[in-house]
Amino acid sequence: MTMITTALTVNGKRHSVTAHDDTPLLWVLREHLKLTGTKFGCGVGQCGACTVHLDGEPTQSCLHPFKDVAGRHVTTIEGLSPDSSHPLQKAWLAEQVPQCGYCQSGQIMRAAGLLKENPRPNRAQIVDYMSPNICRCGTYVRIVRAIERAAKEA
Amino acid sequence: MAKRSISLPASQGILNQSLGGHSRSEESALLPHQEARRRFMVGAAGLTFGIVIGVPLRSKEASAFAAAAPKQTAMNAWVTLSTDGTVYLMSPATEMGQGSLTSIPVILADAMDADWSRVKLIAAPPNDKVYGNPRFGNAMYTAGSATVTGYFTLMRQFGQQVRYVLMDNAARNWNVPMTELATEPGVVVHAKSGRRLHYGEIAAFATIPERAPEIALDPLDKVQWRLVGTDVPRVDVPSKINGTAQYSIDVQVPGMVYATILRPPVEGAAPERIDDAAAKAIDGVIGIVPLKYGFGVLARDPWSAFKAKNALKATWSRKATGWGHSSDKGFEAFTRIARDPERKGVTWDVKGDVHAAMKRAASVFEGEYRADYAYHAQMEPLNSVAAVSPAGDAVEIWCGTQSQTTAVTAVARALGIPEDRVKLNLMLMGGGFGRRGNRDVEFIVDSVLMSKAAGRPVKVMWTREDDVHHGRFRPLYVNRLKAGLDASGNIIAWHHRVVSDRVLAFMDPVRFATSKGRDNIAMRGTEIPTYDIADRLAEGLQEDTGMRTAALRAIGVGQNAFANEVFMDEIAEKLKIDPVAFRLRNLTSAPRARHAVEEVARMASWGRPRSGRGLGFSYLDYSGTQVAGIAEVSVDASSGVIKVHQFWCTIDAGVAVHPDNIIAQSESSIVYGLGLALTERITIEDGRVQQSNFYDYHVPRMTDIPEMHIKLIQTPNHPTGAGQMATPLVAPAISNAVYQLTRVRLRQQPMLPERVQVAMLDADNRSA
Repeated sequence: MTMITTALTVNGKRHSVTAHDDTPLLWVLREHLKLTGTKFGCGVGQCGACTVHLDGEPTQSCLHPFKDVAGRHVTTIEGLSPDSSHPLQKAWLAEQVPQCGYCQSGQIMRAAGLLKENPRPNRAQIVDYMSPNICRCGTYVRIVRAIERAAKEA
Repeated sequence: MAKRSISLPASQGILNQSLGGHSRSEESALLPHQEARRRFMVGAAGLTFGIVIGVPLRSKEASAFAAAAPKQTAMNAWVTLSTDGTVYLMSPATEMGQGSLTSIPVILADAMDADWSRVKLIAAPPNDKVYGNPRFGNAMYTAGSATVTGYFTLMRQFGQQVRYVLMDNAARNWNVPMTELATEPGVVVHAKSGRRLHYGEIAAFATIPERAPEIALDPLDKVQWRLVGTDVPRVDVPSKINGTAQYSIDVQVPGMVYATILRPPVEGAAPERIDDAAAKAIDGVIGIVPLKYGFGVLARDPWSAFKAKNALKATWSRKATGWGHSSDKGFEAFTRIARDPERKGVTWDVKGDVHAAMKRAASVFEGEYRADYAYHAQMEPLNSVAAVSPAGDAVEIWCGTQSQTTAVTAVARALGIPEDRVKLNLMLMGGGFGRRGNRDVEFIVDSVLMSKAAGRPVKVMWTREDDVHHGRFRPLYVNRLKAGLDASGNIIAWHHRVVSDRVLAFMDPVRFATSKGRDNIAMRGTEIPTYDIADRLAEGLQEDTGMRTAALRAIGVGQNAFANEVFMDEIAEKLKIDPVAFRLRNLTSAPRARHAVEEVARMASWGRPRSGRGLGFSYLDYSGTQVAGIAEVSVDASSGVIKVHQFWCTIDAGVAVHPDNIIAQSESSIVYGLGLALTERITIEDGRVQQSNFYDYHVPRMTDIPEMHIKLIQTPNHPTGAGQMATPLVAPAISNAVYQLTRVRLRQQPMLPERVQVAMLDADNRSA
């Protein structure tokens, strides 16, 4: 393991970061770049709390070592919209989805990936696509409703 | 929102006590780095969750109220009015997703008829006497679904006192009788003359009386609510959809470093030797700190800290109670104790003489039920940030705790400093479920000790593996039940013996000291107040196995109601009575209970057979809240996997302060109960936890969720809890449904596929 300095683009802005080459992207985002909306839940790709978009695809940022993200484009919850105006964010508000809220950045980023891929998902497709993301407060039914609402209103 | 360090009135209900006469922007500089922190803090606006709701006031609007800078008038310890129209309300509860951050101020704002769009919330400072929950002996402790029920009357009183004083001041100002006045949200109105005064305007000249006015509260069926009972949007939700919500794990302080803690595999095992050469060699590691209970790693970044902890090789003393304990041994020992009539337990609940009644019974039934250890799995792994002053005589902490005052006390004790030298920044919690309510708040003390050792601010983070391995679990249980029935099939005697790990003595020795040995966390739910049973006894036999235990959502009720409600089903089956009819037959004097039961049966079309699916019922009086549930399940006979397709639920929690949130909490409770019922299990071998992360501790995912049909029954009764009441319904309803479908009884949580398979084989063998 070695310290490396490399550049990546996060929410459209280029950053140069120095860290261990095996540091997961999650910690680079949270502690180096202070983008704390992306959350640490399990560290092993099991819960989805750290979901971001890497080159446009939703992925768990705890699974990507820093050395592999050099030059790539990352979108975090902070970059989804400047003012909570993304259709999913509006739907999340309308359905009063969050409880503790800790997993919700990851849920919203995963759902954004779904709608990009499939703008009119049916319920089974939503459930299947969202299953990597755990919500311990059990807000699942509201997440489904919010995604359906966003798909309709987008 | 400005943080406040203020002195507070010593007693409630006295309106003339100011909040200390400090201005809003003041803050005593406790630590030299504070100024710097303000400049560099990530998302500093979220600190102390001083959440601002409504539209921020523009200066033009403000000038309509006052030409100069707005002034504040403290009406009492809970309400401060600003001449610019802002209403500052103290929020006493911690927020872990349950919604009390909104619910309590809603009650207060309703009672004073405040304009909700002008309300700003301030986290009440740690002060039990002023802001404590009467339900917890005036402790600031958010737990037990007791926040709304505990603060409800207080909030109504304080709010109505404020309204009275404002109207009284307006009446004197206008020289009209107070009886001619009324209020609209935020305004006192004199209809006859058409005059109006905003609360902020009155606050500017108001005289606050020496003594708080005595106000008789309207009975609940006569109250005209304005906010209570409407779905006021939760104040924390906007920050939870864009990443700005601030949890303690998000806090960054200038000069801060990171720490991880290596703890012993078994509670109380002392560190002996450490080989830290590999850990120290990691770039970014600052040092290894020996602690009484383990080793701390200090590093410049979190990844280095995690790696270094994993590289530590430590040995631990074998002098700890938990060594040698296992789940299997626990079940064996607890079963022996449960079945031993010589072993008398501590009485938890008693009515009449159960032994005499049992002798009179025409028939006697017995049942035995079990549960494994279970883990909270709150989404935010435990963590805390602390900044100890260079002299070690003061500290500032940023943490998520279920008790503000407990956190302050534990931290003061850890440093040997007075409590007033601890500054608490209460953060939102990424879930609690009971994990953050233990008296010693070890995850907060970690950060304080590490900051002291480092001489700078430290963020301590537990990994998910740390959080599982050093969890504090719902205990292992063996419940033994005995019921006596008279000749016409009425239950006349009910005897419940509960053997489990001790909980209260471990999680809260302070409360345990005054509990006379009664372990309310382990035993709750064995009292069954609504069933018409003349003679009953519940006794607790709590064992010190050395395991780490805690309150976990629904505490003892989660297992004790499972035992009760499966046993009820078994008795009904032996008597050949429909399970719902059998409950109703024993609920003759509880109309709210009957309504909840009848309504859920109607919703689910109970009695209508479903091809390939079973229906199971359960009912519960949980601290006065009436809940009933029905599960519709199928079972895959080859794999033993139970699938829950539908879940119907009724909940009557009295006055519904926040109806949509009661529904949300019930959805949440059902999902949580589903995991505990079917998949969640912690196992112990030689004192060590065998699971590590979400790959071997399986919590419900979206694919596991049944269709949920929840009906909120609103009644004009004092509000009772809503945060966890449906959780204990789920396991017995599922077990009873599996029985209806397969004639196989499942008497242990979780109902794992392998257990279902074994039970089905046993049933086949018996019938063969």
